This record gives sequence, structure tokens and C-alpha cells, in this order.
Amino acid sequence: MAEFTLPANSKVKIGDTYKAPEGAKRVKKFKIYRWDPEKGGNPRLDTYEIDLDDCAPMVLDALIKIKNEVDTTLTFRRSCREGICGSCAMNIDGTNTLACLKPIEEVEGDVAIYPLPHMPVIKDLVPDLTVPYTQLASVQPWLQADTPPSPTEERRQSPEERAKLDGLWECVLCFCCQTSCPSYWWNGDRYLGPAVLLQAYRWIADSRDEYTGERLDALEDPFRLYRCHTIMNCTKTCPKGLNPAKAIAEIKKLMVARQ
Amino acid sequence: MASKTMRSMRTPLARVRGLGSAKEGFHHWWMQRLTAIALVPLALWFVVSVAGMAGMDHAAAVTWIGSPAVTVLLVLLIAATFWHAQLGVQVVIEDYVHGEGCKLVALIAVKFAAVLLAVAGIVAVLRVSFGG
Repeated sequence: MAEFTLPANSKVKIGDTYKAPEGAKRVKKFKIYRWDPEKGGNPRLDTYEIDLDDCAPMVLDALIKIKNEVDTTLTFRRSCREGICGSCAMNIDGTNTLACLKPIEEVEGDVAIYPLPHMPVIKDLVPDLTVPYTQLASVQPWLQADTPPSPTEERRQSPEERAKLDGLWECVLCFCCQTSCPSYWWNGDRYLGPAVLLQAYRWIADSRDEYTGERLDALEDPFRLYRCHTIMNCTKTCPKGLNPAKAIAEIKKLMVARQ
Repeated sequence: MASKTMRSMRTPLARVRGLGSAKEGFHHWWMQRLTAIALVPLALWFVVSVAGMAGMDHAAAVTWIGSPAVTVLLVLLIAATFWHAQLGVQVVIEDYVHGEGCKLVALIAVKFAAVLLAVAGIVAVLRVSFGG
């Protein structure tokens, strides 16, 4: 059966508290999931008190401040700090999002920060995304065409055809949607998940691609595609405001159209 | 999933590709929607009709079931209900039951139960309708 409770060795315990410096006026508590594979044991929730008067506005800014000034062992992924690289995806205040796009002010009370749900944890806030990355590779996310390209010009596409890719190309592959989906939690080994299906549709919708039928063949499966039960967590959580649920619905419509 | 990952030495791509696409699944999804659409008018008609018969006696119910239009609609209602139900429960089992043996037994039980209940319901309607 699906597991609805955490295994005993995954239960999160209360960890250490790092007090704010003396004289701090606007103190916010950050409760952060910690797990170190070298130390083993159960994960714990450490509390870091941060003076917001001495911290930049985003959750990522607070994490960087903690790592620089309070606890250098805190481990998380980040790169661009402006919502383009998709590295700092994590569960903040109960919702998957990018730490760099999440203003601390939007969180009422303490800021709870966990790694993306239901993925193996490598360390602290760093999840193992091998399976979703491999699923992405499995849908062959590149242009496939047998017609040779003209040596003198690019493969052409009308403005209307190009417009069909809007809302798809902006995906930064942070996997916030993928790991917010209960269907992906229970059947992530066989269901491709919202992020990967959005990427699959990005190539199905591309007028220059000549392998639409093969792509649909590969997706038509009770698990790969049809495990989507339109729960819509994906669309709700996307930090880029995209709509993976709509992309999946478009794939299902094409499955009808080709009957 | 994590423990499975660690026990297996297959590459991630081999595991993700698995047994390949079933190239199937459309029919199940489509029939679930068709039966859902059919059930909207059938269920509304049934509820309104039964509510309208409140206080009537057994003979009135037998007469009602015996009218040709009602017999046809009742048989359709029963067929669509159990067809839709077994499609839906199948998905629930596939979602949550992960032991292969357990899953297979549950799926077979649901299919058999749906056919049994549907046939029992339809035969009951026809017996009343044809005065069996």
C-alpha cells in the first residue's frame, strides 16, 4: 500500500536553536529541515532566529545569511537568485516554490523550510532528482525531424505556431510541480509527472517537430500519462505561474483527436 | 522508492523506461468520461422519479418499473453505474496498492463484483418488468 506516515527513521525531531543577536528588533524564526548522511540518525528541525532588519527580503537571502554568518553546515542548492535556474526549489511554508522568488514577508509566523517532498534526501535541503531528470531525458526533449534543414536558413515557424510554445518554454525544471503531485508521490516510478509531461508537450506542440505521433505513442500508457487525476497541485504551486495541468489536458485531447 | 533505488543496480534510464509504453489507456479514460456524461441525466431522472413516488405503494412501483421507457432507463442506469464504478475503483487500486499480487487480486475482485451486481440489478428490473 501507499505509505501515509513517515518511516520511523524519517520522523523529524526537534533540533538546535540559534538565537538572534542581542538588540535585534524584527526577529523571524526559520525552522529548517536538517539531515546529514555522514552523521545518519533521524532528520531534525533546527531553528534559526534572523533579524529581518539585517537581511535581504527573500527566503534565499535568509538561507545565504544563515550559511555565511550562523551555520556553515546548512546545505542547499542555489545559483542565479532570480528565478531562472530553478536550483533553489524547496518546500517553504507548506508550498513548493523557489526560495529566491519567495518574499519572507509573505510567510506569517515562523518560516518552515523542508526539501521538495517525497524525494530521497541527499543532505539538508538537497533532494535527489535523478529520477525526474531521467524521466525528462526519456521524453527526448529536443527537436526531431527527418526533413533536412536548409543549409541557408533556420527551420521556419509562423508567429502563430511560435505562440503555441508560450507558457511551455518558460519552465525552468525546478520540479516544484513534479514533487507537489500526490499521483507522482505514489507512482513516481511509472508516472512521468507534471514537469516532464509539460516538457513532453512543449515538443508535441512545436510545429517544427516531425515526431508528434511517436511522442504520443510513448506517452499513451495508464501510468505515464493517465495517472494525472487533475488534482491541480502542479498549477497551483508553479513559481513561474505556468500551467502543467493544462499541458497534460492538451496531450489527453490529442489522444482523443488521433483515434 | 528510495530503498528500491538503492537495491537495484540498473541504470536510472533502464528503470524509467521500464517495460515501455502500454500504448493503451486512452480507452479506459474515454469510457470513464462517457459513462460519467451518461450518468448525469440518468441519475437526475432516477432521483427525481423516486422522490416523486414517495408514499406510493408496492403496486405503483411495479407499474412504474414495468413501463417500457422506465425499464430501458433503469437498465441503462445500472449498467452505466457499475461500468463507471469499476473503472474508477480500478484507478484507486492502481494508485494505492503497490504489491503486485495484492493489486491483481483486488482488481479481479472489483471487476467480478461489478459484473455480479450489475447483472443482479438488471435481472431484477427485467423480472419485475416482465412479471417474472
